[in-house]
Amino acid sequence: MNSTLHEFVSLDAPPMIAGTLAALCCGLLGNFLVLRRLSLMGDAVAHSVLPGIVVAFLVAGTRASLPMFLGAAASGLIAAALIEVVRRLGRVETGAAMGVVFTVLFALGVLLIERAAARHVDLDADCVLHGQLETLFWFPPEDSSEFWTVRTLAAVPRQVWTLGLMTLITIAFIAALFKELRLAAFDPALASSLGFSAGLMHFALMVMVAAAAVASFEAVGSILVIAMFVCPAATARLLTDRLLPQIVVSAGVAIAAGVGGYLLAAFGPGWIGLPNAVNAAGMMTVVSGVLLAAAAVLGPRHGVLARRRRLARLAVSIAREDLLGLLYRAEELRGPGTAVAQADVRRAIDSGAAARRALRAARRAGEVVHTPNGLRLADSGRARARSLVRSHRLWETYLVKVLGLRPDHVHATAMDLEHVTDAEMARRLAERGGEGMDPHHRPIPPA
Amino acid sequence: MPATPSTIAGFTAQGATLDELWRTLTLQAGYNAAIVVLGATLLGIAGGVVGSFIVLRKRALLGDALSHAALPGIAGAFIAATLLGAQGRSLAVLLPGAAAGCVAGVLAVQAIVRWTRLRDDAAIAAVLGVFFGAGIVLLSVIQSMPTGDQGGLASFIYGQTAAMNARDATLIGAVALGSIASVAMLFKEFRLACFDREFAAVQGWPVGAIDLAMTALLVVVTVIGLQAVGLLLIVALLIIPSAAARFWTERLRVMLPLSGAIGGLSAYLGACASALLPHAPTGALIVLVAGAIFAISMTLAPSRGVLASIVRLLRLRVRIAVDHALRAAVERADGARAAQPGRALTLVLRMGGHARVSDGRVELTPRGAERARRVVRAHRLWERYLIEYADAAPSHVDLSADAVEHSLSPALVADLEDALRKRGLPAANGPTNSPHPLDSGQQGGAA
Repeated sequence: MNSTLHEFVSLDAPPMIAGTLAALCCGLLGNFLVLRRLSLMGDAVAHSVLPGIVVAFLVAGTRASLPMFLGAAASGLIAAALIEVVRRLGRVETGAAMGVVFTVLFALGVLLIERAAARHVDLDADCVLHGQLETLFWFPPEDSSEFWTVRTLAAVPRQVWTLGLMTLITIAFIAALFKELRLAAFDPALASSLGFSAGLMHFALMVMVAAAAVASFEAVGSILVIAMFVCPAATARLLTDRLLPQIVVSAGVAIAAGVGGYLLAAFGPGWIGLPNAVNAAGMMTVVSGVLLAAAAVLGPRHGVLARRRRLARLAVSIAREDLLGLLYRAEELRGPGTAVAQADVRRAIDSGAAARRALRAARRAGEVVHTPNGLRLADSGRARARSLVRSHRLWETYLVKVLGLRPDHVHATAMDLEHVTDAEMARRLAERGGEGMDPHHRPIPPA
Repeated sequence: MPATPSTIAGFTAQGATLDELWRTLTLQAGYNAAIVVLGATLLGIAGGVVGSFIVLRKRALLGDALSHAALPGIAGAFIAATLLGAQGRSLAVLLPGAAAGCVAGVLAVQAIVRWTRLRDDAAIAAVLGVFFGAGIVLLSVIQSMPTGDQGGLASFIYGQTAAMNARDATLIGAVALGSIASVAMLFKEFRLACFDREFAAVQGWPVGAIDLAMTALLVVVTVIGLQAVGLLLIVALLIIPSAAARFWTERLRVMLPLSGAIGGLSAYLGACASALLPHAPTGALIVLVAGAIFAISMTLAPSRGVLASIVRLLRLRVRIAVDHALRAAVERADGARAAQPGRALTLVLRMGGHARVSDGRVELTPRGAERARRVVRAHRLWERYLIEYADAAPSHVDLSADAVEHSLSPALVADLEDALRKRGLPAANGPTNSPHPLDSGQQGGAA
């Protein structure tokens, strides 16, 4: 093994893998929190475990992980239960109930730590916040034949094993209870009426959340935990519409945030000439935030840009149809081949950039032609223009004759509806409202 | 953790004497201590008053996102000032940085809710986690800077009132007073925007500007509170007092001052306790005092409190049991096989003056007989009503009447009589006859 790789495997791989596993198990569970509008539960549990950790530490007197784990899990569950108590018995809204419970528990933890510090006990709140990712390392033997022996693997930091186990348990939990979790997330009432308790699923989910949070704490700190319970799932939610793909995508995002965040934190500062690495857990959350922002802006279906583009395309197609209708009406008044000055067209279908693009599109499609006097309908555009004006006047007739609206009140409605009327709808409109003349005594063009 | 705040105003006490306690509570323990306690108290009042609105608008945890978002602002301002050669640690640099961070956080939450399909809980959790992670990354950058010393910045995370000098405390007090005055001035606008936004908008109020003012006050209180209680716990000052005040009143005009008073009292007691006890961080103590007041309010408040609800429920149960026992006595006299009341119930009946025991037999007093007559009458009237108007079968009405008889008011009983008389039913003033055989074995609840 060459020395660079060896250095990477001993110093960088353990924290990177630990961070990524933490991101993965929190991110997977986050899917159900985000769907059930409980995203802040991760935040609440993450703050509330502090007193449990401190009490466990003071009672057991060691930083061994089992007592800490039990203490933290206990206080996480107590927090979840207290939140329910305050919410139900006190009829306090969920957010406020969480806020009351977790701040009080966190304050208790801070107080306990300060009291403990007075007795020279080595424990501080910073390690709960920041984690100790950077302190994980592993020295594999130089000889790769000894690589997979029990003795070598046992030297892998305990946190990596803990998190690996937690990730496996999480995956097993979701796989085994997928149907129940899905139902409880989308329709708790149906879940209860089908005979499995949504309340029990909530409790099971909270147990898993507390366990994942606690397993992750020691390695990555509470910041990463809070972000990972929401960011990967939220990112996936913006990119997918079904639960299973959402879970898969969220796992991908979590892994990308873990690996990418670590690499950026460890090597990024070097690229811009800074001497020291920055906090890896913090960087992982930043990467997950960047991924979330990217999905929000660039997502193919629900992204801001995609929605803008869809709206813009709709605006162009409406402006283009309005243009055709305008030219058709001009021909009706002043005979075939009548041209309308471009300035008048702009004024009539006033919608800025959409109007310009509509004009360009119609000209390119050969629906209108430029003449020295302005724009004129081409033969290929006339059929579409006629069907559009037909739809418009059919609607006006229908609105007046069948729905009994006043003739001078129907134009604007017909303007909106004409763009979404297909042939079948036009046929039925003609059946109900009739052909011939519209309420303004203009002829309805034949189909 | 930063140095413990036990040295506040020269106190190094191992345990406070009564004299010290009195002097601290009455602000006679030195100028600096008095100023710090006063500043904290004003901050508590401002937090309670301003926080009421976010709690009422069910956006309690927005305050949490806001305060966590202050960290990258603080750290960024520190880095920028240091790079520019200025003193990074001064409040004049850090507080504007914190405010900028808060505003960026609020804008990010609003952008996510406005532009994506994510709900506000996910938006708040994501912003909170990611901004805080970014802050941690920046703190690790500061640590590696040559002039870097982030010790002073850490006090913003946990709060450290001891680091507060008289000038800071004066600033905090003045700003707190200013925000309380602003709320007093904008009370009508805030109330409208809080309870009926649509109505306010229709009435022509600038709802957007009102929201902006509310958020600005939130940012101001958060920023001045950072130093005193720390950004992890400042949200408690916003949520807990108003959630506690909500238990005591249904009126905003009462709730606001009450919430301010609870906030002020918590801060005052917390700051005093922290001055007296060694190794007791102020922020945590303030939050714990507030949490205790919340617990007391939730338990003892007269109409919304938990004890009051339990008492109401028990009284209803007793009333129902007494009604059933009395009716059973009447029906026994009519020849039905109804159960005798048990021992506890007999005691309740005797204490209420409804029954007496003679020769080991329970018999009704005149008072009990009168109430029994009313209950039986309500029961049978309701049964007849169900049979006449709801077409219920005579054998099916007993249980339903069992549930309803206790809540029929005299006016409703009179209405029932009128309705039944119109149908030509005998509804004289005395007990009506049962519309079904009493011995059908269907006796509800008398046991």
